[in-house]
Amino acid sequence: MRFVIGLPFLWLGIFFLLPCLLVLAISLGTYAPDSVPPVELGLSIKSFALLFSDGLYLAAWLSSLRIAATSTLVALLLGYPMAYAIARTAPNRRPLLLMLVVLPFWTSFLIRIYAWMGLLADNGLIDQFLRWSGLVSNPGTILGTEWAVHLGIVYAYLPFMVLPLYATLEKLDDSLLEAAADLGAKPLAAFFTVTLPLSLPGIVAGCLLVFIPAVGEFVIPDLLGGTETLMIGKVLWDEFFTNGDWPLASAVAVCLLVLLVGPIAIFQRNQARSLEKRT
Amino acid sequence: MNSGPIVRIEGLTRRFGPIVAVDRVDLEIARGELFALLGGSGCGKTTLLRMLAGFETPDEGRLFIDGQDMTDVPPYRRPVNMMFQSYALFPHMDVAANVGYGLRRDGVKAAEIAERVAEILTLVHLQDHAKRKPSQLSGGQRQRVALARALVKRPKLLLLDEPLAALDRKLREGTRFEMVRLQEQLGLTFVMVTHDQEEAMSMATRLAVMNAGRIAQIGTPHEVYEHPVSRFVADFIGIANIIARDGGGWMALRPEKIALSAERPGLPRTIAGRIVDVAYEGDRSLYHVETDAHGTMTVSTTNTSRSAGAAFARGQPVWLGWADESGQRLEA
Repeated sequence: MRFVIGLPFLWLGIFFLLPCLLVLAISLGTYAPDSVPPVELGLSIKSFALLFSDGLYLAAWLSSLRIAATSTLVALLLGYPMAYAIARTAPNRRPLLLMLVVLPFWTSFLIRIYAWMGLLADNGLIDQFLRWSGLVSNPGTILGTEWAVHLGIVYAYLPFMVLPLYATLEKLDDSLLEAAADLGAKPLAAFFTVTLPLSLPGIVAGCLLVFIPAVGEFVIPDLLGGTETLMIGKVLWDEFFTNGDWPLASAVAVCLLVLLVGPIAIFQRNQARSLEKRT
Repeated sequence: MNSGPIVRIEGLTRRFGPIVAVDRVDLEIARGELFALLGGSGCGKTTLLRMLAGFETPDEGRLFIDGQDMTDVPPYRRPVNMMFQSYALFPHMDVAANVGYGLRRDGVKAAEIAERVAEILTLVHLQDHAKRKPSQLSGGQRQRVALARALVKRPKLLLLDEPLAALDRKLREGTRFEMVRLQEQLGLTFVMVTHDQEEAMSMATRLAVMNAGRIAQIGTPHEVYEHPVSRFVADFIGIANIIARDGGGWMALRPEKIALSAERPGLPRTIAGRIVDVAYEGDRSLYHVETDAHGTMTVSTTNTSRSAGAAFARGQPVWLGWADESGQRLEA
C-alpha cells in the first residue's frame, strides 16, 4: 500500500522536483564559458540582478503577458460560442463535434505550426488567395509579426478553452433558462443573468489553461513571430542555446515559474471549489 | 376587466414526431379557479401546461389567456408564471434575488422590488431567509421560494408543475392546505399538473382527467369521483369495481358504497362471496372478495371502533350488498 502511494511521489521527486532544484541551483551560479557545463555553482544573484536591470527582459515579460492575455481573450470569444453550440446540439451528435475539437491533437504540434508557416508566408496559400481573389492587391506579410503569434496561440490552445467551457455549459439545467424566460427575461437577458454567471468556473478554467502555457510559449513566437516578437520563452531559449548562458536562462525559468504560481493556484482553487459543489 | 374565462383553449394539438402528446383539446378555465390537470405519465398534461407557459408551440389550435390570443407569444411576454417541478431556483442568487428576478426584468424600481419581495416572503413564511442561497434551504423552503418567485409578479395565471411531488408525505399535506389558502387569499387562478389523484381531488375546484393526449372528463372532484363517464376515469380516480350491468354495459361501484356483512343484508342487490385478502389501513380496511357473479371485488369498511382490527378474516364467507343507485352507469 505504502509502496503504491510512494511510487508516484518518488517519480515526481526524481523527475520533477529534482530538476527544479537543479535549475534553481544553476540560476544561483555564475556563467563560466570555458567549463562544461558552462556554469560555476555558488550563491550569486548576479543573473537575477541582470534580469531586473536590463530593460530587454522586462520588455519580454510584459509583451509575453500582453500577447498571452489578448490571445486568451480571443480564444474565449471564439471558444464560448463553440462550446455553447456543442452543448446545445442533440446529445447523440455531441461526441462527433467534441472529437473535431480534439482532432488537431492527432497531428504533432510542431508540424501544425510549420503548416501555419506555409500558409502565412509570402507566396503562401493565404497570400496567393488574397492576390488571386483581388480582395487585397498587396497583402502585407503576416508571418513574422505579432499577428501571426496571436493566431498561432489561439489556434493551438483553443481546445483547452472549449473543453472546460463545454463541461460547465453542458451541465447547465435547461429549466433555469425556462424559468428566466417565464419570469420575463428575453433570450439575451437570460444569457447574461443565468448562463454566463453559472459558466464562470468554466471561463476561469479555460482562460487559465490557455494563459498559463501561452505566457511561456516559445515554439510559436520562434517559428511564427520571427525576430520582431519578444516573448520570455523565446528569450529563455536564446539565452540557453544561442548564448549558452545557463545561469541567466535558469534565472528566467525560475522567475517564469514564480510568476505563474499565482494563476496556477487560482486554477487549482477554482477546480477544487467546483468539485466540492458537485458533491 | 374581461369577464370571460381566463383561459380558453380551442383544438390545441402538439405532436412530437409520430406521437400526439396533446390531441385536439378544448378547455375553458374560469377566473379564480384552482384547476388540476390529472393523468398518468405521458398523458399530455405537462405538454398542455408547457403550452400555456409558452415553452411548447402548438401544432394546431388556438390558446387565449384573458381574451388575448397567446398562441404565438413567447414565454417572456405572457402574463403567466410557472412553478417548476424541480423548482429551477437560480443557484447563484440568494432567496431575495431569486424572488425579485422577474420584477428586475420588468424594470421595477429597486425600492418597490425590495418591498414586494419582503411582502411575498412574509406570505410564505420565509422573511428570515432572504439572504440564504437555495443550497442552504430545505426542500420545503425551496418549494416556497419557487412559489413566491412565481407569485410576486401577480400573474393572471399561475402554472404549477407537480408542485408537491418533491416533498415528503408529511410536508405535502400541510403544504396542500397552505397553497389553497394562498390561492384563495390572492384570488389568482392556479393551473396545476399532477399525477397524484388525491392531491388533485383535495385541492382543485375543478379537474380534467387526461388520457392519451385527450381530456377524458372535466368536472368537480365530486362529479369525477361519483359520476365517472368512462371505465378509464372510474378506474383512474380511486378504486372502482367495474361490473357488467344486467341490460349490457358497465357500472362502477366504489368500495365504500358496498355493505359487507356475515348475514345476507336487506338490500336490492346482494351477492355471496369469500374473503381472499385483507388490507388493514388504520382508518379503514380493504377486503378483496371472491364472488361467483363478478369475480374479485374490492370492499372497504370504516374502522369506527377501536376494539378489533379487521372485522372479517381471510377465507370467511360473506355477503355483499348495495342499492341500485350506488353504482354509476358508464358510457364507455
